[in-house]
Amino acid sequence: MFTYYLRLAFNSIKRNPILSALMITAIALGIGASMTTITVNYLMSSNPIPHKSEQLYYVQLDSWSPYEAANDQNEPPDQITWTDATNLMKAKQAFRQSAMASTGGVIEPAGQDEKPFMASIRLAFSDFFHLFDTPFLYGSGWSDSADSNREYVVVISKATNERLFGGENSIGRTVRVVGKNFRVVGVLDEWVLVPRFYDVTTGPFHETEEVFMPFYMKQELELTNGGNTNCWKSPEGEGFMAFLQSECVNYQMWVELRNDDERAQYMDFLNNYVTEQKALGRFARPLNNRLSNVMQWMENQEVVADDAQIMMWVSFMFLLVCLLNTIGLLLAKFTGKAAEIGLRRAVGASKTDLFNQHIVETAIIGVVGGILGLGLAYLCLEGIKSLYGEFVQNLVGLDLVMVACAIGLAIVSSILAGLYPTWRACNIAPASQLKSQ
Amino acid sequence: MSQWEIGPIFRAMMRNKVGAVLIAIQIAMTMTIVVNSIFIINQRAALMERHSGIDEANSFYLTSTGFGENFDPKSTTQNDLALIRSTPGVVDAIQINAIPTTGSGWSMSFQVEPGEDKQDEGAAIYMVDEHGVNALDVNVIAGENFNANDIRWRPKSSRNWPDIVLITKAMAQSLFPDTPWQETVGKTIYISQTEPMIIKGIVDQIQAPWVGWDDLEHVVMTPEITQFSSTRYFIRAEPGQRDRLMPLIEEALASSNKQRIIRGLHSIEETRERSYRGDAAMIKILSTIMVVLTIVTGLGIVGLASFSVNRRKKQIGTRRALGASQGAIVRYFMLENFLISTVGVVIGAALTVGLNMLLVNLFGLNAIDWYYIPSGMLVLWLVGQIAVLGPAKRAANIPPALATRTV
Repeated sequence: MFTYYLRLAFNSIKRNPILSALMITAIALGIGASMTTITVNYLMSSNPIPHKSEQLYYVQLDSWSPYEAANDQNEPPDQITWTDATNLMKAKQAFRQSAMASTGGVIEPAGQDEKPFMASIRLAFSDFFHLFDTPFLYGSGWSDSADSNREYVVVISKATNERLFGGENSIGRTVRVVGKNFRVVGVLDEWVLVPRFYDVTTGPFHETEEVFMPFYMKQELELTNGGNTNCWKSPEGEGFMAFLQSECVNYQMWVELRNDDERAQYMDFLNNYVTEQKALGRFARPLNNRLSNVMQWMENQEVVADDAQIMMWVSFMFLLVCLLNTIGLLLAKFTGKAAEIGLRRAVGASKTDLFNQHIVETAIIGVVGGILGLGLAYLCLEGIKSLYGEFVQNLVGLDLVMVACAIGLAIVSSILAGLYPTWRACNIAPASQLKSQ
Repeated sequence: MSQWEIGPIFRAMMRNKVGAVLIAIQIAMTMTIVVNSIFIINQRAALMERHSGIDEANSFYLTSTGFGENFDPKSTTQNDLALIRSTPGVVDAIQINAIPTTGSGWSMSFQVEPGEDKQDEGAAIYMVDEHGVNALDVNVIAGENFNANDIRWRPKSSRNWPDIVLITKAMAQSLFPDTPWQETVGKTIYISQTEPMIIKGIVDQIQAPWVGWDDLEHVVMTPEITQFSSTRYFIRAEPGQRDRLMPLIEEALASSNKQRIIRGLHSIEETRERSYRGDAAMIKILSTIMVVLTIVTGLGIVGLASFSVNRRKKQIGTRRALGASQGAIVRYFMLENFLISTVGVVIGAALTVGLNMLLVNLFGLNAIDWYYIPSGMLVLWLVGQIAVLGPAKRAANIPPALATRTV
C-alpha cells in the first residue's frame, strides 16, 4: 500500500510542479536558516569537558573596592589577585587546584635560519594537566616539585613541537623561551576546546596556548600580563613586586571538588580565608565568594553571543513563516483535489486510507525540503565562516547529531504543517463533489 | 462603498477563513521580522559609521618585541622612530601603547576632586610624544600640544604619571559638565584617585581602542615614550603611499636590529574591518533573511491567489458574462488581498513592538523608533498588492464564455 501511496504522491507533486517546488523551497529555506543558527548556538553552548564539568569549579573572591562592586548586581571580579592565587595554592585545600594566567613571549628556534616568533604562554600549576585531562602526545606535565622549585620546564603544543622539532619526540630537548632555556617535559596532542572554558576573560573562543610553563615563572622572569588586568586601587610602590602584590586581578583559579561535601568544605575554607585576610586589612566588602562549575561559569560569562541568539530566534520565526506558507499551499492544493478525493471515497477508500495517502505526500515534501535545507545549512555555515573569519571555524561544523536533527526537524515540521490540510481533505463529503460533476 | 463590493468579498472570505487567516498571520510575522531586522541593521550601520578620528585610509601599525640579552628598548625606539620618520612618504610616526579600533589598550579612571569614593570618568590612555597629534591626525582645539621637553621615558612597571595631559573634548565635557570645554585648559584632574595632572590642551576627537565601549570618545593622552621590550609604532603615510610603505618599513626595522622581532603589521582599514566584522556580518545575514522571507511570503500569496482564481474560474466567467469589467475583477482580488493584509499588518504592528520589547529586555537592544511601524505596514501592504497583481490580471482575462461551459 505504501508504494502505491508513494506513486500517488509523486503523481500529485508532478501535477503541480511550481507549487510543489515552492513548498519544498520554503521548507528548505526555513530548515536551512534554523539549522545554521542552531548549530552555531549548539556549539557555542556545548559542554567542553562533559565527563567532569560538574566537578570543576571556578573560584571568585570579592576583593573589590569598599565603595562599589566589581560588576553589576554585586558580582565579584571575574579574576583574582596574585596574592590570593598564591595563598590558595599554598593552602592546597581542594582535591586538585591550579591558579593560572596568560602571557606571551618570544621563542628562539635553535636553527640559525629559523626566525624567532611570538608564542602564547599559559602559566599554570602541575595539576592543570590533570584538572583538564589534557591529551599528551609525548611525556606528561611537570611534577609538583617543579612548581615549588621554579624549574625551567615547559609543555608545548603539537603545533609548536612541529615548528620547533619537526614533530619528533622532543622530551628532554631544550627550547629557548623569553630569553631562557627550558626543558621540554611534555608535548600535547591536538587540543581543541570549544569554548576554551578555562579562561574566557578575553573571549571564549580562543585557541589553547602554544606553551605551558610553571606559574611562578611569572615572578621569576617578570613576565608581562596577558588578558585583562583590572585594578580598583593603584599598586603601592614602584616595581614589579609591588605590581604583583597589588589589588589588581589578572589570575584565574580552578579547583576539582569530587562531591558536594568537598564543595561545601572548600567554600568554608574560602570564607575562612577571606575572614583572615580581612584581619590584615584586605577584603573590605562583605563575604561574597563564589564557586561555579564549568557550565555555570559559561552561563555567567555569557559565552553564547547575543547576536547568535537573536539570529536563532529570528530564524525560528522564519521557519514558522515558511511552514505557514506550506500549510496555506497544501490547503489550496488538497482543496483543489476535492473532486478526486470525493471519487476515491465513493469507490470505497476509507478516511484512514486517504489520510495515510496525503500524509505520505506531505512527508515526501518534508524530506526533500529537509535534505535541501541541510545542504543550504552547510552553505550558510561556510558563509558564516567567511563573514566572521577564522576564529569561528570551530563553531561552524555540522556533526551527525545536527544532520539527524535537521532531517527530523524537517519531517516533523512538514508533517505538522500537513496535518490540518490532510484532515480537511479527508473530511470532504463524497456526495457533494460527485454532484457538481 | 457598495460599488467596491466589500460585502461580497468579505462573505466569500468567510467561506475560506483558514486560507485568509494563514495569509494574515504570514504577513504579520513577515512584518515583525522585517521591521525588527531593519531596525537592528540601521543601529549597527550607525555604529559602523562612527569615525575613529585618525587618518584611517593612510595609517598602519606594527609591533616590535625585543628578546635578546643586549636588547635596549630606549635606543631601539629612538633609532626606529628616526628611521621611520625619515622614510620618504611617511607623514609622521610615533610609538604608542594602544590604537583606536584595535580592541586592546589601557584605561584609567579620572576624577575632578582627589580622594576615594569620588565621582570618576574612565578614559583610554594613549602615550604619545609631541608628534602624536600630527601622526594621529587630531587637532588641538584649545590650549597647546606637548613640546619635546614635556616627553618623559616611562620605565617598565612604573605606576606614576606625567604632570600634564591632552584630553578629548568629549572627556572635558564629561569631567566638567558645567564648564565650557574651552575653559577646562589649565584645570587639574586626578588619576589613581590622588595623583594630579594638568590639562594642557583639548583635542577635537579620537576614539578609545574598544569600539563596543560606552565612553568611546573618552581619551587622555600622556606625554611619554615607553621603555618596554614590546612596543607599537603607529605610522601615517602620505595618500597612496601606505601599501608601498608597509612591507618596506617592516623589512627596514627587522634588518636594522636583530635583537627583536617585528610582528603584527596591519593597516587601520583592515583592523577596523575586523573590529566591526560581527556587526557587518549581522547586517548581511539579517538583510538576506529579510529579502528571502519577503520573497517567500510574496510567492506564497501568488500561489494562494492563483489557486483561488483557478477555483473560481466559473464564477469569474459568470460575473464577466453579467457585465463586470476586467477592472472590476482585478479590483476584487486586489481588495480582497488588501483586507487580509490590513488585518495582517495590524497584528504585525503589535508583534513587531512585542518582539522589540523582548529584544530590549533579553539583549539590551534599543527601543524601536515609532516610524518604523507605519513604514513596515506600508511595505507589507505593497508586497501583498504586488504579489496578487499577477493572478488578478489572469483572472481578468478569463473569457465570459467560460460561464457557459461545464468545467
